[in-house]
Amino acid sequence: MTRVDIFLLEAVINGILLGGVLALLALGLNLIFGVIDVVWICYAELVMCGMYMLFWLHVFFGWPILLACLAAIVGVAGLGALLHLLVISPILGSAPINQLLATGGMLFFLQSLATLLFGTDFRNIGLRLPVIELGDIFISYSRLLAFGTALIGAIALYLFLSRTYLGIAMRAIAQDREIMGLMGVDQRRIYLTTSAVGGALAGLAACLLVLQYDVHPFIGLSFGPITFMICVLGGLGNMIGGFVAAFIMSQIIAIGGYYFSIEISYVLAFVFFIVLMFLRPQGLLAR
Amino acid sequence: MKDEVIRRLGPLLLAVLGLAFVPFVTSDYVLHIAIQILLWGFVYTAWSLMGKFGLVSLGHGAFLGIGAYASPLLWNYTGLTPWLGIPIGILLAVLLALIIGYPCFRLRVVGHYFALVTLALSQVALLTIVAARDITGGSLGMTPKAVGHSWYALQFPEKPYFYAIALVAWAFGLCIWHLVDLGKGRAALEAIAEDEGAAASIGINVMREKLRVTVTSAALTALGGSLLSQYFMYVNPDTLSGIAVSLQIVFAAIAGGMYSVFGPTAGGLFTIALPEILRISLGTNFVGAANTIYGALLVIFIIFMPRGIIGWVESRLAAAPAR
Repeated sequence: MTRVDIFLLEAVINGILLGGVLALLALGLNLIFGVIDVVWICYAELVMCGMYMLFWLHVFFGWPILLACLAAIVGVAGLGALLHLLVISPILGSAPINQLLATGGMLFFLQSLATLLFGTDFRNIGLRLPVIELGDIFISYSRLLAFGTALIGAIALYLFLSRTYLGIAMRAIAQDREIMGLMGVDQRRIYLTTSAVGGALAGLAACLLVLQYDVHPFIGLSFGPITFMICVLGGLGNMIGGFVAAFIMSQIIAIGGYYFSIEISYVLAFVFFIVLMFLRPQGLLAR
Repeated sequence: MKDEVIRRLGPLLLAVLGLAFVPFVTSDYVLHIAIQILLWGFVYTAWSLMGKFGLVSLGHGAFLGIGAYASPLLWNYTGLTPWLGIPIGILLAVLLALIIGYPCFRLRVVGHYFALVTLALSQVALLTIVAARDITGGSLGMTPKAVGHSWYALQFPEKPYFYAIALVAWAFGLCIWHLVDLGKGRAALEAIAEDEGAAASIGINVMREKLRVTVTSAALTALGGSLLSQYFMYVNPDTLSGIAVSLQIVFAAIAGGMYSVFGPTAGGLFTIALPEILRISLGTNFVGAANTIYGALLVIFIIFMPRGIIGWVESRLAAAPAR
């Protein structure tokens, strides 16, 4: 095997692992998108909030990392519920685009609030997981962990949606919102729970991202757009589609980054998204 | 019809005449703020041409970026005057609007999906500018070569010149707004916004109407971008393209009121003067405080005043005589 091939293989493997993180990010957004039919433009900013929570609890207050992770997940779940109560539920009845914009306003708010509270410094949790060496290939352990957690998260969510009353009610609401009210399902409670679960998934993503990236107020902008694209590509509320889309996008980014530059690779991913929106507007796996 | 034109142009003429005196009575600082409000007000008005017909584009950052970069790039590398560079930028933006608009409208990409496709577009523009850092200076931005006071290079160190240009551009933008509002296309576009299928069935050419308003909006946005870069003598991808700028445009237009002619300008006043006032009153001790308040206000606006400041005032005025 030549030198170049090994680097390419490394790019592909890292792409698969990046796909795991992106899939996890898309999971929560997809759930909210599918059930409540609202795009949380500020979803990645919730992840940023989770990363800050973790940073302060672990580094500043010296909580053990696992406890801090748990607290961050619960904290972001609370934020998700709060976001729904304060911003989304007052305008559930108005034009969908208003909901999109209101959460867009939250994006500015959360970003600036983080700047106000923590400044624009890049903060690092100071926890570095080892890098696995397979021959000449380097694989980051934290990415592997993120990948594994994304898989477990997806399976757990699948079980939740297919085996519990609440989960089944959520899927039913996603299919027909008028009828479910008549069937005696409390829509408000379902929406609130969905928002909290979506928030918890954002918190989980924060726990894994904080191992790989420094946290700063604008980190959301580097994940947000790509996460929306993945959700839409996969088809709204289609968890498997979201997973497939996450891996396709991450491969485009990884291989594009190998041949060109990281910006060009994102350009390719976005162009791919735009073209696919024209070819398959209902999502990759739509029949 | 004639009365209608007078009724519409009257307030605009009065506003322009009133604003024309501003340079004689204020400082350079106020003028600097006023130029920004007028130029951004122009861009927001351009966006509202589409927005008020339900075509919520989050891709205007791309058109703005193309306009902003075309003339400085051509000026620096080929010495081409902005008098030609700006039209070239506008042409490129129109081309992009057609490339993205045609398939969107043909395949009926609407609502959320239209917003997300155009969002991807603005991100593509931002990343392309950053990736071409050898030419564009990447995230560091670039400056057009300064030659001092020059009509040929469209560079004026003295603010009143640019104030005049901004005022003319702004008035031009509002005239276009009125033209669209008075034209036949308006009824067609409103029908399309209500129900695209029904509109097509009564013989409205959906594609043509949508493309026309999209191209107009993109062209004006690119013009606004080029004037902004000529005024600031500095272009930066983060302030002139990408998702953040696209959202800023949408918010300002909505906060001001996208259904009224002066609405987007009011949005400009709100989004430029407010952070400035907050910055002065809060000082630099609280970095981000101004934007935090601004973000919170945006959310509150969208929840409680979906028709914006001017829309709210209008509904108040309309309600008053009834009492």
